[in-house]
Amino acid sequence: MEDYVVEIKHITKKFGDYKANDDISLQLKKGEILALLGENGAGKSTLMGMLSGLLTPTAGEILINGKKAVMSNPRDAKKLGIGMVHQHFMLIPAFSVLENIILGDEPTKGSFINYQKAAATIQALAQKYQLDIDLKAKVRDITVGMQQRVEIMKALYRQANVFIFDEPTAALTPQEIDQLIKILRALAAEGKAVIFITHKLKEIKEVADRCVVIRMGKVIATVEVSATKEEALAEMMVGRKLNFALDKQKMAQEKPVLEVKGLNVEAHKQLKVAGVDLTVHEGEIVGVAGVDGNGQSELIEALTGLRRVKKGSIKVNGKQLQNASARKISEEGVGCIPEDRQNVGLILPLTIAENLALKDYYHAPASKHGFLNYKLINQTGKQLIKDFDIRSQSETEFVGDLSGGNQQKVIVAREIAKNPALLIAANPTRGVDIGAIEYIHEKIIEQRNAGRAVLLVSFELDEILKLSDRIVVMHEGQIVGEIDPQHTSSEELGLMMAGKTPVSQNR
Amino acid sequence: MSLTTILMTVFSTTLIYAAPLIFTALGGTFSERSGVVNVGLEGMMIVGAFSSTVFNLAFANVLGSATPWISLLVGAVFGLLFSILHAVATINFRADHIISGTVLNLMAPALCVFLTRIFYSGKGQTPVLDQSMGTFTFPVLSQIPFIGKVLFTRTSLVAFLAVLVGIASWYFLYRTNIGLRLRSVGENPTAADTLGINVGTYRYLGVLLSGFLGGIGGAVMAQSITLNFSASTISGQGFMSLAAMIFGKWNPLGATGAAIFFGLAQSLPIIGGYIPVLSHVNSVWFQIAPYAITVIVLVFFLGKAVAPAADGQNYIKGK
Amino acid sequence: MFNKSFKGLSTALISIIAGFIVGAIAMLVFGYDPLQNYQNLLVGSLGDIYSIGETLRNMIPLILTGLGFAVASKAGFFNIGGPGQYLMGWFGTIAFALHFSQLPGIILIIGALLCGALAGGIWSLIAGVLRAYFGTSEVITTIMLNYIALYFVNFAVKNWLAAKGSDSSPNIARKASLNTHFLQELTHNSTFNWGFFIALVIVGLVWIYFNKTRSGFEIKAVGINEAASKYAGVNVKRTIVIAMLLSGVLAGLGGAIDGLGNFQNISVSNNLPNVGFNGMAVALLAAENPIGIVFAALLFSALQIGGLSISVYSNTPSEIVEIVIAAIIFFVAIKYVFERFLKKSWLTRKQQAKKEGADK
Repeated sequence: MEDYVVEIKHITKKFGDYKANDDISLQLKKGEILALLGENGAGKSTLMGMLSGLLTPTAGEILINGKKAVMSNPRDAKKLGIGMVHQHFMLIPAFSVLENIILGDEPTKGSFINYQKAAATIQALAQKYQLDIDLKAKVRDITVGMQQRVEIMKALYRQANVFIFDEPTAALTPQEIDQLIKILRALAAEGKAVIFITHKLKEIKEVADRCVVIRMGKVIATVEVSATKEEALAEMMVGRKLNFALDKQKMAQEKPVLEVKGLNVEAHKQLKVAGVDLTVHEGEIVGVAGVDGNGQSELIEALTGLRRVKKGSIKVNGKQLQNASARKISEEGVGCIPEDRQNVGLILPLTIAENLALKDYYHAPASKHGFLNYKLINQTGKQLIKDFDIRSQSETEFVGDLSGGNQQKVIVAREIAKNPALLIAANPTRGVDIGAIEYIHEKIIEQRNAGRAVLLVSFELDEILKLSDRIVVMHEGQIVGEIDPQHTSSEELGLMMAGKTPVSQNR
Repeated sequence: MSLTTILMTVFSTTLIYAAPLIFTALGGTFSERSGVVNVGLEGMMIVGAFSSTVFNLAFANVLGSATPWISLLVGAVFGLLFSILHAVATINFRADHIISGTVLNLMAPALCVFLTRIFYSGKGQTPVLDQSMGTFTFPVLSQIPFIGKVLFTRTSLVAFLAVLVGIASWYFLYRTNIGLRLRSVGENPTAADTLGINVGTYRYLGVLLSGFLGGIGGAVMAQSITLNFSASTISGQGFMSLAAMIFGKWNPLGATGAAIFFGLAQSLPIIGGYIPVLSHVNSVWFQIAPYAITVIVLVFFLGKAVAPAADGQNYIKGK
Repeated sequence: MFNKSFKGLSTALISIIAGFIVGAIAMLVFGYDPLQNYQNLLVGSLGDIYSIGETLRNMIPLILTGLGFAVASKAGFFNIGGPGQYLMGWFGTIAFALHFSQLPGIILIIGALLCGALAGGIWSLIAGVLRAYFGTSEVITTIMLNYIALYFVNFAVKNWLAAKGSDSSPNIARKASLNTHFLQELTHNSTFNWGFFIALVIVGLVWIYFNKTRSGFEIKAVGINEAASKYAGVNVKRTIVIAMLLSGVLAGLGGAIDGLGNFQNISVSNNLPNVGFNGMAVALLAAENPIGIVFAALLFSALQIGGLSISVYSNTPSEIVEIVIAAIIFFVAIKYVFERFLKKSWLTRKQQAKKEGADK
């Protein structure tokens, strides 16, 4: 029998009657990088929650270095040498990098914190693992990449032997991903064990030794990465062959619907969108690719009337709409599936029907003389629930009680039912399961085929490549290039997203 | 009156009125730094004022001139006990912090006047204290020319103590590991929890410290200003302390400074009569000033970002 | 929807019972007889026509300040400014009634009430505008505005309304009073007045406002989720201002009716009027439901009026009722505890059966 650092034996975790993890077993060796692959909701986070002491298993056991481990809180896990790098960083923006690292394990002199000693310890570690961090900076002022390094340093500082990375590449640029992969390899070379949670197959191929695939709370397979094809991994993850072929009809794509010229937008007094020109035609999907935080959110907010335009013009079907109110823009035929479904797209404690009416409640026939016609609002809701296959008990159910995918369907239904001339979709499939992704993609293509203009903003390159007729790349607030999805690769896109090659000149 | 005398009067009156505010504002700072909003400071002061007065009246003939000082401690202890109510409600039972704080403000006067009537044969107010905090002249320092007279003669000793507590509070919050942890649960309790910091423990610490200091604040009010206890002993000082805490950007030194400033504003109606320029100004302006200034400062000088990020948010494990 | 109000009702009932138990314990500890006192309380508040009149009259400001708090709360704001807005309303009304005393009765009354409501509204509008356009926390501004109102009104009463050296304004003309002979005879000379019916009408209007109108829907939407409302095209700033304005108008009307119906004048005061805070308690107990507010106001009003007779018939301090009120709100604040308890018990099963039934 081999020496395992971590051994998970027949673990089951139930929430009520629901089995989030069902008899899961896996092993992790010293110096190994193990990938944990699964869709959203497959049970990855639950499993790692138990390994990091946030959750306790219903049945089964965890062995650490061959000994049975009882972890009832994160401190226990930490003592056993388990370090977790969360997807949403567990950092305190108002504190300095140094304070964030030592918090909870502060070296003291008398009753005061010994900052010199702490800094020396951390600097030594930083050199050993080539982690570039600025100890004095406040976390709120540093880049996402450095925040991640701070998280890694937190674990190193606590002498972790097992590192769990939860979706670590989601918000990184391709270059930062390269850097992270180097760090992962350095950790493994020093004899640390690494668990790498992801749903990105390419990264698994690049960095992992073995891969455990889980689906619906069960382990489907454990494979040697070098001997397995990406397609095979994908099928194991989803449980069926995927049909990626989309029915894109040939469209004329001549008449411009959205025309943006020289657009400047500011956020927190910083220029976030700088001189953007953009046109979307009828029957066309234009994809906006780019790493999170390069001005996409501000662009959408300006287009939908939620943020002031500093300079430049926005025209929809020839009408000037820069700095028009959100309502006016909606009335001019702009629909929007917003990025943040739960906080922006929906009002969770209101009913499905009320949410479906959010953009129409204020005018006749839903509202007359200041009074709302609830009978009509509910009837319309009922019809849309049927048309868009929203799985719910009734139109007066609270939207907050629906699943993520069905919540997204409510938004899609509301925006599409208004027959918008321009549909803006911002990360429309983030955090929903594969079934809902396919559904939403179909609906977007349907809109395109019906001759409407679609502006798709997404951080998922595959989604952009699959749906778009034309792709523009945003970097630091500017459009740095435009490419034809038929004649590009995600490598080329990745480089452009990092601001490396302005491809428009290459062509 | 000579300039020196006027300055001395202004300074000592300011300090007398500032002392209760400083203690209480520091209490509020600890609570809110740990993430528990505290609009219940007024209630904590009432309990401190009441308990210290009862103790003082009962033990003055035994303890003599030390009575007011020991009474402060009694006020502190009862303020702390009373604040447990807020801690339990917000930390264990997920109550809305503002509602829970309001309960303290409703409960404290009801309970204290109820007890006053029971202890003092049905009257709504206690007898007047025999042993109270008078003024104090520093032995050596008062000999310094001019400054000695203005700052260290016939002044409020407890206010100097309050300022020292303010400085100590700053070192505690910003230089010790307990302070770092207390602030961390007020900024991002989830992150603190993943590092093994017990969010509840540190929030309890914050709230109980606010009860302790708020109790002292109330006690100081009763022992040095009103000299008895009734329903109107504490009338807005708790809220003014809350304002001082905000004005001071949730920082102990800032809160201390703001409290001294409000002390000045509160003392103006009293000393205004002595100062030629101010004697014609209607006293209503001095009364309104601390509150109006707070609003103006909030509107024009304070960003939203200065409050602890998780102030007022209940921490629910496993979310 | 049905589940929600059912849950709210059970929480309220549990809180009330628990609050009375706390009061009983406090009385037992100090050797008073809780049963006798609670009986006195009941008799003192509802035992005869006069007491009923007093209790109903005392409900008026509780209902209106409670509604005021509830309206702001629906929009997501914690308006602690009830006392100040009530005080401004009271002052505005008396000032109008004294200044325009030559107007005919009904016009004088309407004008005075409107003036009071407006004064309360302006006071909360300040907080609303600061919140909408500067992002200033309404909790702090309304607290500060309370004290500014207190000192301003004291100053104004002393310098503008009262005779020199007096701390009270003269009484308003008889024709301006809401307390007519007819009602006095009917309720054996209690202070019961027409304001009670005004308050009930307002309750109905507020209910309709929130459940049937566009503007009410917008306030609810903004209160739950500002970002989503903005995205849906709601003018969030205007909605905030409207909600805060309405809130203060209601609290101000509470002060106005008390001025014309109960006090007939206004005096200098050391403290903020308690009724503003009690209105908040009423709204919290009623979970901000307008109809619930009427019943919560009845309970608290009966406690207050009955409390007066507690100290008449025994030597129990009447503050015991304030303790009961504070305890009730404490239990409302920690309702999470009971909700979790109720969830585990038979209630869930029953509700689920109901839900399934409703689907078919």
